[in-house]
Amino acid sequence: MDSTFGEKFGIGQPVRRKEDQRLLKGGGKYTDDVSIPGQAHLAFVRAAVAHARLKGIDGTAALKGPGVLGVFSGKDMEADGIGRVITDAALKDLSGKVMFRTKRLAMPVDKIRYAGEPIAVVVAETAAQARDAAELVQVDYEELPAVVTARQGLAKGAPAIHDEQPDNLCLHYENATSEAYDAAAKQAARIASIELVNNRVIPVPMEPKCCVADMDTKSGRLTFYAPTQGGRRVQGAVAEMLFGGDGDKVRHVSDNTGGGFGTRSKIYPEILATCYAAKKLGRAVKWSGDRSETMVSDLHGRDQVDRAELALDANGKILGYKVEMLANIGAWVTENGARLPIDGGGRIVGGLYDIPVLYFSCKAVMTNTVPTDTYRGAGRPEANFLIDRLVEKAAREMGIDIREMRKRNYITSFPYRTQMGLTIDSGNFAKCQDEACKTIGWDDFPARRKQSEARGRLRGIGMTSFIEGSGGRPEETMRLRFEKDGKLSVICGTFSHGQGHATVYSQLLHDKLGMPFDAVSLIQGDTDTAPEGAAGTFGSRSSQMGSMAIIGAANIIVEKGKKIAGHLLQAPPTEVKFEGGNFVARAGSISITEIAKAAHDPAKLPEGMEPGLDETFVYKRANGRDDMNYPNGCHICEVEVDPETGHIEILDFAAADDCGFVLNPLIVHGQVHGGIAQGIGQALTEYLVYDEETGQLLTGTFMDYGMPRAHHFPDMKAVFSPTMSTNNDLGVKGAGEAGACGAPTAFVHAVLDALRPLGVEHIEMPLTPNRVWQAIQAAKRKGAA
Amino acid sequence: MYAFNYHRPKSLDEAAGLVAKAEDGKLVAGGMTLLPSMKLRLASPSDLVDLSSVDGLKGITVSGKTVTIGAMTRHVDVHTSADVQKAIPALAALAGGIGDPSVRNRGTMGGSVANSDPAADYPSAVLGLGATVETNKRKIAADDFFKGLFETALEPGEIIKAIHYPVPDAAAYEKFPQPASGYAMVGAFVARFGKDVRVAITGAKDHVFRVPEMEKALAANFKADAIAGIKLSEDDMLSDIHCSADYRAHLVSVIAKRAVAKAGG
Ligand SMILES: Cc1cc2nc3c(=O)[nH]c(=O)nc-3n(C[C@H](O)[C@H](O)[C@H](O)COP(=O)(O)OP(=O)(O)OC[C@H]3O[C@@H](n4cnc5c(N)ncnc54)[C@H](O)[C@@H]3O)c2cc1C
Repeated sequence: MDSTFGEKFGIGQPVRRKEDQRLLKGGGKYTDDVSIPGQAHLAFVRAAVAHARLKGIDGTAALKGPGVLGVFSGKDMEADGIGRVITDAALKDLSGKVMFRTKRLAMPVDKIRYAGEPIAVVVAETAAQARDAAELVQVDYEELPAVVTARQGLAKGAPAIHDEQPDNLCLHYENATSEAYDAAAKQAARIASIELVNNRVIPVPMEPKCCVADMDTKSGRLTFYAPTQGGRRVQGAVAEMLFGGDGDKVRHVSDNTGGGFGTRSKIYPEILATCYAAKKLGRAVKWSGDRSETMVSDLHGRDQVDRAELALDANGKILGYKVEMLANIGAWVTENGARLPIDGGGRIVGGLYDIPVLYFSCKAVMTNTVPTDTYRGAGRPEANFLIDRLVEKAAREMGIDIREMRKRNYITSFPYRTQMGLTIDSGNFAKCQDEACKTIGWDDFPARRKQSEARGRLRGIGMTSFIEGSGGRPEETMRLRFEKDGKLSVICGTFSHGQGHATVYSQLLHDKLGMPFDAVSLIQGDTDTAPEGAAGTFGSRSSQMGSMAIIGAANIIVEKGKKIAGHLLQAPPTEVKFEGGNFVARAGSISITEIAKAAHDPAKLPEGMEPGLDETFVYKRANGRDDMNYPNGCHICEVEVDPETGHIEILDFAAADDCGFVLNPLIVHGQVHGGIAQGIGQALTEYLVYDEETGQLLTGTFMDYGMPRAHHFPDMKAVFSPTMSTNNDLGVKGAGEAGACGAPTAFVHAVLDALRPLGVEHIEMPLTPNRVWQAIQAAKRKGAA
Repeated sequence: MYAFNYHRPKSLDEAAGLVAKAEDGKLVAGGMTLLPSMKLRLASPSDLVDLSSVDGLKGITVSGKTVTIGAMTRHVDVHTSADVQKAIPALAALAGGIGDPSVRNRGTMGGSVANSDPAADYPSAVLGLGATVETNKRKIAADDFFKGLFETALEPGEIIKAIHYPVPDAAAYEKFPQPASGYAMVGAFVARFGKDVRVAITGAKDHVFRVPEMEKALAANFKADAIAGIKLSEDDMLSDIHCSADYRAHLVSVIAKRAVAKAGG
């Protein structure tokens, strides 16, 4: 064995991403890079109002436009028997009643439910012709009052979004009655409460939404290209809606996806409508959504109004936690719209605190807004934000040091069974907190605050501790195939769209099979090659689910390799050892590359053995939901506020993360940095505004929707404070969403810390200069009164 | 974007003639404002008359106490010009704070000034320095140039040739950006010529304006503190989702004060 084996390219090493050269040089192949000779172009007609009965759609004038090939609406799709996307979530309330589920046709036939909803398509020879003609489509609306916020939705007499559910309540979930909590509250020395908004955000992947659908009329097969986080799911949906469930008739391809964040893991009406138009016309059809179109059609994230209460004993130990969430899930009940606050976030609703008694209520409310669904963190940032804001508030009210308060309440013994019925396997939250404090220099903060004061600035420091629940669907499939030249292809169920899987999986196979790092390559993004049961990449699952499936397949390969090696070295397979990439027996040693080549030569194989080294493994978590993994961390942010203008500057950010075993620290640091940036985006710049009367999105371009930019960030200090997950053999925990879970809370705490001397106690996210200044003025007026 | 005719004239006269002849002709300079609004289908000119090949519209010259900048001079060229940096460093710095590098590599002074966006940076320098806008027809004093929201003294088809900036004894520009767009939520350009002081504010009202109370106070005492007590009425301030009128009025005072301090006061 090579003495440097594993050191440079093995797991745990900061190996540079092998995919970067190609992507940075423009070698990526994104959907809009795809053009099919002879393709037609599609443009959407979108609802100009947020709520209306749809009286009619007249495409006569549009059809006469130059180059126009067709105008189609929901009525056409219905007439052609196109299926509807039915909410698959089926959560229940305490009485056992299943939530309200919607049956969504790609384009509505009865009502408009949000501004920007697609209502017709125009297909023409050129993109410009399609757009021109789309403006000629006449839509007859009978306008209805719009419902924009969850509170408006629940108000008495509010107009119904779906006639079948007049109260707009998709589900009122409760984990239990409030009796146990009420009893705990009676025993409490103190009750602390908080009410806050978890603001809605637009996901904004770099790549706008688009689709190219190529209908081969000869074979009757449709190939469509669209950015996704895993093709099988969208392929399945298109097959079901358009081809009566015949999966063989549909192929999905997505070589590269320009950012997912959860929002790209869904089937969208625009994709279905483009595929429908291609099938209907028997022609390739391309749709390139622009940015503003993407902003009103990508599923939005977050959007909750939360109230919570802690019952505490005299020492600040939590006796009970009561949560009442109002989640605005938008106009349609999408895959995870209601599931997200209730299960995605609800699964860790108590954060990393020991909560002996829990009352958790969540009302998922429908409104005339873009539906909400998965967005980096998917319910966990909301849940963590709420509990940690409240724990900190309680500490301040009780005069307990905020660090001490957290330590008094952390879960400390594992496995820990939460009130939501999950088992947290590992963690050392106090240690993580200490690491984060050390990294930022918590104890020296007062000196830094003085320096800022001298410059007329208010300095604040804020911390948060959070926990995640990662792994997503409990099953993933990976296939390892040795090619004739001895190189290894990883045929993926997961889908890398920024995570660096080609690098990490190569490291893993370098480690497990002794493969040269460069001899491993990734095959992904094509349902023709993806293994059956491929799920995809979301919910920070690929490190656990993808890696474990790879290891499973690698183990089978080693066993088969031993048989081949034994045959060639004339030793019984039981006496062949596999070490550092070589099969070793008394008579000699053969590298895995040689064995792989031999495997393709029937003459070199034992009697009856199938040629090739090509193995697929389905990894299933034994206990499904329960043996997910639980990434966690402590994040600390330091800010300066300009009290005259309300401007906030982030001066420092320290993240101590427990992502379990770190497969590649360089890549995980990147995930942490990106997650933090996204979290700060929500908390500082991403001000999404709906007109509360008309339901129009007022921040539908980058002129008004503020993205976080490089200049907002200091050099972030990310350190690891790992405890191994006991729920998978690698000990890994997801790393993709942690940053977004921690950053908003740490940041808001820091700003409130800075403004405390002025009497400011609360500001809703995002903390725009306008809001900060207004909060300061309000506190001044209160102080003066 | 709708279809349009494209022209690239070589001379000012030819350009003016093309605009006059067209059904709805528009000049295009850097295109950084016009093209996005065409792409969003908010503007639909029948003809675009591109000024990029017209002779004599680009460049920077300093003669005596005047800096002359051609209308087609890009933000990046103003920002990096050693002459501007020496004569009016505040103007060079302002140019470097417009948009991002791609915008500065295309956007022009003439385009920005002609557009009179209420949140644009350059108009504050034109008014704050008391510059003169030279067109193909006449010379217009800054005080007479900016008329309203996206409205200037330019007549249809009138083309800015250059802008003449008097060199001040001291000047500074301070900008508080709108968090999403980076345009000025409030920007203040302060210039001192001997005892005279000009204060021009952008971003706060429907177009750039001067603040006589501040100018008077500063003429007496060119110190930030001299205007600390001057508060503008919020009545005609812009109010939007990023900045309420009261906050804008407040920002005007703070940002003007900081501009004065930056200018050495
Ligand atoms: C992302 C982004 C960020 C930006 N940020 C800022 C910012 O922070 N601050 C800021 O001030 N600006 C900002 N801008 C605007 C930018 O400075 C523009 O370049 C400028 O406003 C217009 O200049 P232009 O040369 O691109 O003009 P064009 O877009 O070509 O034209 C603008 C208008 O001026 C007219 N015009 C052009 N030249 C002349 C002329 N010589 N005579 C008469 N009329 C003429 C045109 O007909 C048109 O109506 C930003 C733009 C973008 C896209």
